[in-house]
Amino acid sequence: MPEVIAVVAFLEASVRLGIPLALAAMGETITERSGVINIGLEGSLIAGALGGALGALAIGGAGGGILVGALGGALVAMIFAGFAVGLGTDQIITGTAVTLGGLGFTGAIYQARFGTTGTALTLPTLPSVPIPLLSDIPIIGSALFNQPPTTYFTYVLAPVLWYFVYRTEWGLELRAVGEEPDAAAAAGVRVKQTRFWATVFGGTLAGIAGAHLALAHAGTFTENMSAGRGFIAIAVVVLGRWNPLLVLLAALFFGSASALQFQAQTFGLAVPYQLFLAFPYLLTLLALAGWVGKSRAPASLALPWPKDS
Amino acid sequence: MRRFSQLAVAVLALLATGIIAAGSLWLGGYDPLVAGAAMFQGSFGSGTAILSVTMVRAVPLIVTGLAVALAFRAGVWNIGAEGQLYAGAIAAAWVGLSWGSAPGWFLTPAALVAALLAGAAWAAIPAFMKVRLGIGEVIPTILMNFVGIYLAAFVVHGPLQENRGVFPQTDPISDAARLSVLVEGTRLHAGFLIALLVGVILWAGLRWTHFGFQARSVGASPDAARVSGMIESKRVLLVVFLSSGAIAGLAGGIEITGVTFALYEGLSPGWGYTAIAVALLAGLHPGWVVFTGLLFGGLEAGAGAMQREAGVPAAWVSAVEALVILFVLAGDQIRRRFGA
Repeated sequence: MPEVIAVVAFLEASVRLGIPLALAAMGETITERSGVINIGLEGSLIAGALGGALGALAIGGAGGGILVGALGGALVAMIFAGFAVGLGTDQIITGTAVTLGGLGFTGAIYQARFGTTGTALTLPTLPSVPIPLLSDIPIIGSALFNQPPTTYFTYVLAPVLWYFVYRTEWGLELRAVGEEPDAAAAAGVRVKQTRFWATVFGGTLAGIAGAHLALAHAGTFTENMSAGRGFIAIAVVVLGRWNPLLVLLAALFFGSASALQFQAQTFGLAVPYQLFLAFPYLLTLLALAGWVGKSRAPASLALPWPKDS
Repeated sequence: MRRFSQLAVAVLALLATGIIAAGSLWLGGYDPLVAGAAMFQGSFGSGTAILSVTMVRAVPLIVTGLAVALAFRAGVWNIGAEGQLYAGAIAAAWVGLSWGSAPGWFLTPAALVAALLAGAAWAAIPAFMKVRLGIGEVIPTILMNFVGIYLAAFVVHGPLQENRGVFPQTDPISDAARLSVLVEGTRLHAGFLIALLVGVILWAGLRWTHFGFQARSVGASPDAARVSGMIESKRVLLVVFLSSGAIAGLAGGIEITGVTFALYEGLSPGWGYTAIAVALLAGLHPGWVVFTGLLFGGLEAGAGAMQREAGVPAAWVSAVEALVILFVLAGDQIRRRFGA
């Protein structure tokens, strides 16, 4: 049954490629709900990957790596938020700078620490943990439930964040800050604090996503290994309509589009895989334009607050 | 006074970056003086370094920097220069390959015009979404970057792949399609003059034409421009957006016809994003973009020399560029707050 094996491999690859996107995009969802668009997310991802590598080596074990990766992602997001929220600098330009700086600093630190010889760094990896019973389900079982712990963390986080955003007081305040910051401020919500911590939360998840890349996927760190995933995550948020549950699905969809490139031949698809890679972006554009469902950004997204700063 | 304090912010930002850059080198165990000397040697230290490396690397940065500066001046947040550049590069390569037997006086301009048009077409989708559907341009332009990069990857694996079919790249474009070398024995090509020309046109256009006035007004205060009734904001935004895309596309065309002579994956190391730094450090002023583009071109040229001679990782230069942007942003914010 070669077809079944190919389908299983395809699903497994979709989940594997989708999870880091999902983590970063769910974090960015919270950030954007507060009215901040963090284009520096790529910087948090790569800092998370390097932090994951350094942490795994220094503390020993993948768990320490995830922790240091999360801290790295949070630190980069704090720099971004310090400028964009604290000083009120333009979010787009600040985010671009943070991405540029994140890629540069991590590359420089990596080369300074491990040299430029090109011998790959070997890291302790985050092993897959099959969940009893669930992983035995035919076809989807091993794809969904024989994964590293960070994947399960992602599954659990999506409904938790959904509940937080739509069903809690804090979630309401978060959305108010992203829609009508003046009204929120008048109602006593601390706009800047909310935006700052929402951004740091997003950076932390991106850091975990980066550490997951280094420890669960690659087992090594390479320069620029985040490979644009921070920007892809921003597209995923749009396709997921700023709803954590839909964002998880959108991330898996983006993951499956990249997974097709490995499976296109087995499935006998004649279309070149680069077009598959481009497809989710075009779909996201259509979603933004309102032709595929309705996707509306928070009203104050990317606008500094207070206005005159 | 405003011009002066803007210059002061840029100079102070460069100074602060220099101090932190030297400090971080020292902390990392490198000798900042040796590294600085190597960087200067590799970028502005000799005629060859200036003409063949720094100025050649500056061309795409200047041209994309101009594209970004124009857009940002009118309040169009075009983060899509990267994708527009790829669209221009694809178009130029396609013209250079398929009309290879045409004479040079026709073919080079045709390739560059194709690049302009492709860049504008690439910008047209987010521009339409902004003007007609009221959708902010930031996310659409980022999305179009990916589509452009994958389209380039597709054409070099598919329809435009070299005849040998080995590497994912096009065959070299015909000699007739190539920009001429400006200084014999160097790599400096006529694209540098085109970059200067675009800079002069934008500078004069923004300063002296009615349209330039309208574009600046829309950028300064979209509401006031609309209420005053004399400016059709939407038309202005559309023209600026498409022109910005065209200029970014031109940068891709110049790179193909002046430097690489072929299209391949990863043609741009992120010029479309670095362009934002170039434009911002120049205070979005087209004249200054030429200088900041040369400065950043020099940084990237010097990075290689610094890695060879002082062992400093080349990636460190990106971090330095990022610091420049952050300091300019912070300086602008502080200047505005204290009303200087």
